[in-house]
Formats: sequence, C-alpha cells, structure tokens
Amino acid sequence: MYNTDNIVEIKNLTKRYGNKSALNGLNLSIQKGQIVGILGPNGSGKTTLIKILAGILRKTSGEVIIDSHNPGIDTKAIVSYLPDRNFLYEWMKIQDALDMFKDFYDDFDEGKADELLKFMKLEKDMRIDGLSKGMKEKLNLTLVLSRKAKLYILDEPIAGVDPVARDQILDAIINNYEENSSMLITTHLVRDMEKMFDEVAFISEGQIILEGNAEGLREEKSMQIDDLYKEIFG
Amino acid sequence: MNFDNNLPIYVQIGDYLKKQIISGKLKEGGKLPSVRDTAKELKVNPNTVQRSYQELERESLVFTQRGMGTFVTEDKDIIKNLKKGYGNDIIKKFMEDMKTLGFNSSDIIELINDMVKEEKDV
Repeated sequence: MYNTDNIVEIKNLTKRYGNKSALNGLNLSIQKGQIVGILGPNGSGKTTLIKILAGILRKTSGEVIIDSHNPGIDTKAIVSYLPDRNFLYEWMKIQDALDMFKDFYDDFDEGKADELLKFMKLEKDMRIDGLSKGMKEKLNLTLVLSRKAKLYILDEPIAGVDPVARDQILDAIINNYEENSSMLITTHLVRDMEKMFDEVAFISEGQIILEGNAEGLREEKSMQIDDLYKEIFG
Repeated sequence: MNFDNNLPIYVQIGDYLKKQIISGKLKEGGKLPSVRDTAKELKVNPNTVQRSYQELERESLVFTQRGMGTFVTEDKDIIKNLKKGYGNDIIKKFMEDMKTLGFNSSDIIELINDMVKEEKDV
C-alpha cells in the first residue's frame, strides 16, 4: 500500500532516451502540504522528472503514483504545471489565455486569476508578443496558480527574470500556497529560493543523491542550502 | 532581513523577532503580524515562520489567543531578562576580543569610562 500522507511517490524511476538515461532509478516521495525544492545543475534530470509527473513524458520503468493514480488524465486534472518556457501563443491577448485555461481546467478560479493579474500589474488587453520575459513568466505563473490543484509543479519559476519580477513571483507563490496542496519547484537559483522550501532534494545524473528537511540540513551541516549546493556540485 | 549565517532560518527569524521585542518595535501585549504576513515580508515558507512563533511561545515571549493571533508577553520581567541576556552576550564577546588584544579588565573599565564621559560631553 501507499502512504496516504504522500501526494507523490516515485520508486526506481528510469527514463531512457535511446541508449542514454536521463533518470536512473530515482526514488522520491512528497508529503501533502509541503513545498519541495528539486535542486540540481542543468542536465541533471530535473525537467525530465517534472515532465513525467506532469504527464507529458512516459517513464521507461519504475513506479510513479500521484494521489493514488498513475500519471494520465486523472492526474492532469489535479496537477498544475508551469513549464520552464512560455507556453502561450504569441498572438494571444491575456484575456485569450484566461479563456483557454477556463476551457481546459474545471478547477480554474477566475477570481483568483483577476487578483493575481492585478498583483502582477498585468492588464487583460495586453498582447503576449508585447510582454517582456519577466511579464510572460508572471502571466504563466498567474495562470498556473489560479487553478485549485492538489499539486503545483513549477519548473524554474524565476530563471532569467529581473529582481523586481522575482520578488513578485516569490510573493505570489507564498500567498497562494495552501496547506492542503503541495508544491514541487525546481531551481538552480538556490540562494533566492531556499527559504521557500520545507524539503529539498539534490538531483545528479538522474538520481536523488541527498534529500531532507531544509532546516534539518542547515542544522546538521551548519550551512545554508546554497552553500551545501555549491559543496555538492561545485 | 538577510539570512546569511549558518543557523536554521527559524532561529534567525526568532532572533529578529526577539530584537524587535527588546527594542520595543513590538510592544508588550502587542500583536505580532500573522504568520502569513511575516512569511510574505521575509519571503520565507509559512511553516518556517510558524516554527519560529512556536519557539518564542515555548520561551514564553509570546502567547497565542485562539482565533485572535499571537501577542507579545505582558510580563515585563521576561522581556527584561531577554534584553539582559542579549546584552551579556555582546559584552562577553567584546571582553574576549579585548583580551585577545592584550587589555586586562581594569584597562577595559577605564576605556569604557572615558568613552561614557566623551558621550556625555557631546
């Protein structure tokens, strides 16, 4: 049986592209109500892992259970996924993007979206192709956080945005984090994000090489997670 | 607030709140910001802030009223002791530094007296 305190359980997960493996017997569980950071350099397997959880890629072998389901239609309804690049069509206006999300997802909350757009200083009649990179990221995040999901998966939510946008994004994540949902966030910008995490997992060559409670690791190693990251990957 | 030393974040937040209580920025009997507001302000996981509040409560520096929030203790002695503790820590460190430089206790007292006199003159 699976532990019902966990929203995600991954056992011995492997993903191969041809004869190259991106995930190599990876194990990880995520407790309900927690914000978990997946930390690792480029090419360590972060995005592959996340795409399998989001139901976009298929595993080669191993087990992946999300809220007692295998990744698929059932899990797409409860997982809200922020890809690591803009997923909206350039010709759209923000209003079109809102309509698209409303169509796609039953759990999309328009009131929440309005609130977040205001907070992000975005207007519904703005065109996507006229937005800066930071504004696009803020819009993408607005859409993803406006769903009432059980699991939010954010792939590099602050990569390449300016410090003001970064702070707005961090604020939005904290504001919209609820105790009955969980968040999985990947990042290599550990210093900026480490204070957000309950748990952290370090990923290297497709395996979790260290995981634990963030405060516990700080206490045990007498260093911040950012310094630990540099020690592991430096 | 910067979290740049090697202590767990909840300890650093606790320290920051204690200093606010000592300096009177958080008044005795006054209400602390909600866990979520503090989390937003410091950009920290709300669970971490919650833990800091619990630690302060364990040390009797704050108390929680169900449904109302968290308040600074109304016991002046507790705050006075906290302040004294912080002061002692600073003096202890200062004494160690001075002794490393070769000053003995009476040298140090003399220097401090001179310093206090100067301050009064200004």
